[in-house]
Amino acid sequence: MPLGPVAHEQKTHFFWATALTMVAVLPVFILVPVILFKYRRKKGKGIYAPKWESYGPLEVVMWGVPFMVIFVLSFMLWRATIALDPYEEIEGVFPPVQVQVVGLDWKWLFIYPDLKIATVGELVVPVHTPVSMILTSDTVMQSFWIAALAGQIYVMPGMTTRLNFIATKNGKTQGENTQYTGKGFTEQKFDVLIKSEEDFQAWVAQVRARGVELDAQTYNRLAERSTRKEMQKQLATPQMPSNALYFTIADPELFQSIVMRYHSGKPLSMEEQPGTVKFGQGEDKTEGAQP
Amino acid sequence: MNITDYGWLGKLGWDSIVFSKLFTDFSVSEVVASTAGAIVVFATIAILALLTWFRVWGTLWSEWLTSTDHKRIGIMYIVFALVMMTRGLLEGMVMRAQQAAAPDGFLYADHFAQLFSTHGTIMIFFVAVPFVVGLVNFVMPLQIGARDVAFPVLNQISLAVTVSSGILLMVSLVVGEFSTGGWSAYPPYTGADFNPGVGPDYWVWAIVFSGAGTTLTGINFTVTILKCRAAGMKFFRMPMFCWTVLCSSILMIFAMPPLSVAALMLGFDRYLDFHFFTNDLGGNMMNYANLFWLFGHPEVYLLVLPAYGIFSEVFSTYSAKRLYGYKSLVIATMSIAVLSFTVWLHHFFTMGQSPTINIVFGIATMLIAVPTGVKVYDWMATMYRGRIRFTTPMIYAIGFLILFVIGGLSGVILANPTVDFQVHNTLFLVAHFHNVLIPGVLFGLLAGYNYWFPKAFGFRLDERLGKWSAYLWVAGFMLTFFPLYGAGLLGMPRRSFSYMDLTFKPYMVVAFIGAMVVLCALISLVLQLLVSLRDRKKNRVPVGDPWDGRSLEWSIPAPAPSYNFAELPRVTDRDEFNEAKEQGRAYLPPKVYRDIEMPKNNPLGFILCALSGILMFALVWYMWWLALISVLAIIIVVIVSTFRWDSEQIIPASQVQQDTEKWLTLVKNTEPVGRDLENTPQNHGYAKLEH
Repeated sequence: MPLGPVAHEQKTHFFWATALTMVAVLPVFILVPVILFKYRRKKGKGIYAPKWESYGPLEVVMWGVPFMVIFVLSFMLWRATIALDPYEEIEGVFPPVQVQVVGLDWKWLFIYPDLKIATVGELVVPVHTPVSMILTSDTVMQSFWIAALAGQIYVMPGMTTRLNFIATKNGKTQGENTQYTGKGFTEQKFDVLIKSEEDFQAWVAQVRARGVELDAQTYNRLAERSTRKEMQKQLATPQMPSNALYFTIADPELFQSIVMRYHSGKPLSMEEQPGTVKFGQGEDKTEGAQP
Repeated sequence: MNITDYGWLGKLGWDSIVFSKLFTDFSVSEVVASTAGAIVVFATIAILALLTWFRVWGTLWSEWLTSTDHKRIGIMYIVFALVMMTRGLLEGMVMRAQQAAAPDGFLYADHFAQLFSTHGTIMIFFVAVPFVVGLVNFVMPLQIGARDVAFPVLNQISLAVTVSSGILLMVSLVVGEFSTGGWSAYPPYTGADFNPGVGPDYWVWAIVFSGAGTTLTGINFTVTILKCRAAGMKFFRMPMFCWTVLCSSILMIFAMPPLSVAALMLGFDRYLDFHFFTNDLGGNMMNYANLFWLFGHPEVYLLVLPAYGIFSEVFSTYSAKRLYGYKSLVIATMSIAVLSFTVWLHHFFTMGQSPTINIVFGIATMLIAVPTGVKVYDWMATMYRGRIRFTTPMIYAIGFLILFVIGGLSGVILANPTVDFQVHNTLFLVAHFHNVLIPGVLFGLLAGYNYWFPKAFGFRLDERLGKWSAYLWVAGFMLTFFPLYGAGLLGMPRRSFSYMDLTFKPYMVVAFIGAMVVLCALISLVLQLLVSLRDRKKNRVPVGDPWDGRSLEWSIPAPAPSYNFAELPRVTDRDEFNEAKEQGRAYLPPKVYRDIEMPKNNPLGFILCALSGILMFALVWYMWWLALISVLAIIIVVIVSTFRWDSEQIIPASQVQQDTEKWLTLVKNTEPVGRDLENTPQNHGYAKLEH
């Protein structure tokens, strides 16, 4: 069930596209059985015209109908694609909440750069406020998806993609990764909570109060091949909820340094690349990868 | 670890053998893996034993393995495709069982990942492609009135590398493991950093070699159609199937190289520490995605176009009517072939390109629905005012007509970037492409198999079991894949070995039942072949025209002689044989009998099959000495084979005369049979004129 206009429009567009295509498809469903019945060899009553192979007006209809359907659909596609461009910031009464998303094996890290906090396993956004996301991966390619709010978008290491959406209803849903990345893949999910502005601020305060600092060492532990649940055992403090990790951020450039990790012009060994089997197993654990 | 760090056996060790894992980790997942490995081993032993028992090695060697006859090569392609299909289908079953059993399941994540990777790779590259290539090989030269394809030995070599790549995939079941990166093998996941094992290497070499084979096939078929048509066969007199083959062959020439190149570049990354697609040092996996789909989308049409051709023949023959809208169909086929190169970006609508690009590629994608729609209507009009017979190929064709428009519908929906942002990478996508590939390609191939089988072997397939099989395929397909549309819309990602959300469960259970029905369809297909073999005397159609056919292949005996035509035909009409029958020109003796020059048997293909297989295995396992030896051996064998002067044999005119007169006498002594009796033992392949 859509919780915001983007997903809602996507759903509407889906139904329209289906309905319009039916114009070309339905005749097949109806006419094929009729033809089969009428022209069956044994008892068919239809006339037999073995040399009949072309009829101008019929050709026009055959080419014309699908063409018209696609023509109309193309206009709809054009408008919808521009209107729902995930890169376009959504205009709202409030300025958008900035969220930086990092795909790791097998969890998503959400950094709120302006609020100096970060979470894993829980994405909280205020209702009626646009959300502006910039995403990357610090492992292999993945695909980030919150079905109820916006479509999915791929994330790739060393590159960024963007996703914008706005939630119009309070509520809770889930987000996930849809690109297979190994055994933790199906557990790479997170809760999405849409809260009122006050509740959101209260939540931010909570994260600040309860979170541990996400320094290079903590980040490197987080980036190992493990699910959110496994990490919870290692990094969580008793104050944190059981399904999320809370962090505070000292380094405002954390996200940029993750993206730039792959642009140093120097080769990175397996020990230095999150998501490999050997990551974090270098001689000196803390030195390994410097995000 | 350096690539030179390995010994004589490379990475190979006892623990590479699948059965060894049973001792270290006894689990359901490993038992399933070992069972699969054991099936491969025992089936191989059983086949070798049977061949020895029946003392057919000699025949096999002289009649088949060294044959340059396009018909035999075609048949070998199809046998290979059917064997691989059995494996691919069983893998699909195991996957459906796993998802029906989720959240608990019984397979490890990596095992499941290997299953979907091999399933996709096998079904596309080792079932659909060889099945298509096999049927084309068998039928197309007959339809254009040629003696063989343009390059018979090249044809052998194409088969050789395809088969050796397939064998490599079979070996991966027993030794080592296969890639877990899906059939598209996206890096960096398949790169050396994230997947240092042998899995992706198996994928890389199987794709590089079979891709090269398919490219060569494309060249061979294109030249054959352009240069070897019978006198009088203008382009607009070619049977529809040949048109689709021409388009599809051109697609092969242009679409396969990007794939081979992409796979090879991935190989360079893995073996030689290049950085084409790695995360660091400027590697960019987007380049891979581009190259892969530059192949990947035309590939779909490369497969489906010949199937369209088969359906065109089937609709026309079993409606006893000329094909409606021939020119429309030709234009539609050509448009699809051209458009197929303009849509590959729809595979990454959601990788963050500008909306303008998405719009252009979205509209281009939807445009393909226009010529496709025209084709569907043309087939309907072909049946209209016909005399429709509900034979096995017709059941496939009708099933296709109804189901394929649903696949087309979901395709148009997916072409909308807006919708794609939601359903891409879900089971909706999986349902869509199976909806296109199974009714579109597989049904076409199975229809063609039933349709042309008598021409290949001289007897008809059992009609009752054939129909059973067709109905089971249709029902099984619907039960398996329609629930996936639902689960996909509810948000179940593809390639999930498990899920927590139990709303998916009922869908997965139904899909599993569907998969069982598909298995029954396969079993009935095998039964059909066995029963038909048993009844082959009863169902012989030596005259060669069991279905009242319309094109040239039906004008010669069944099975067709190695030289195809005693005298190369002269073509005056699109439905040449049908016209000949109506004007009383059919079954006439040639004016003069001439010597026929045909290529001799050649062991080159078989030798290259063995050597390329060894080469690939050596490369996968880092046995450099063996790889080097096999490369040298390949070079030497190819050079030596160019010194064969006596590569042609002459079939004397007297022999041709004897064969032909014997057949013509048979025709004279055979009672023509009406269409109502075509599936009875009375049908000896001499169709009665009924118009």
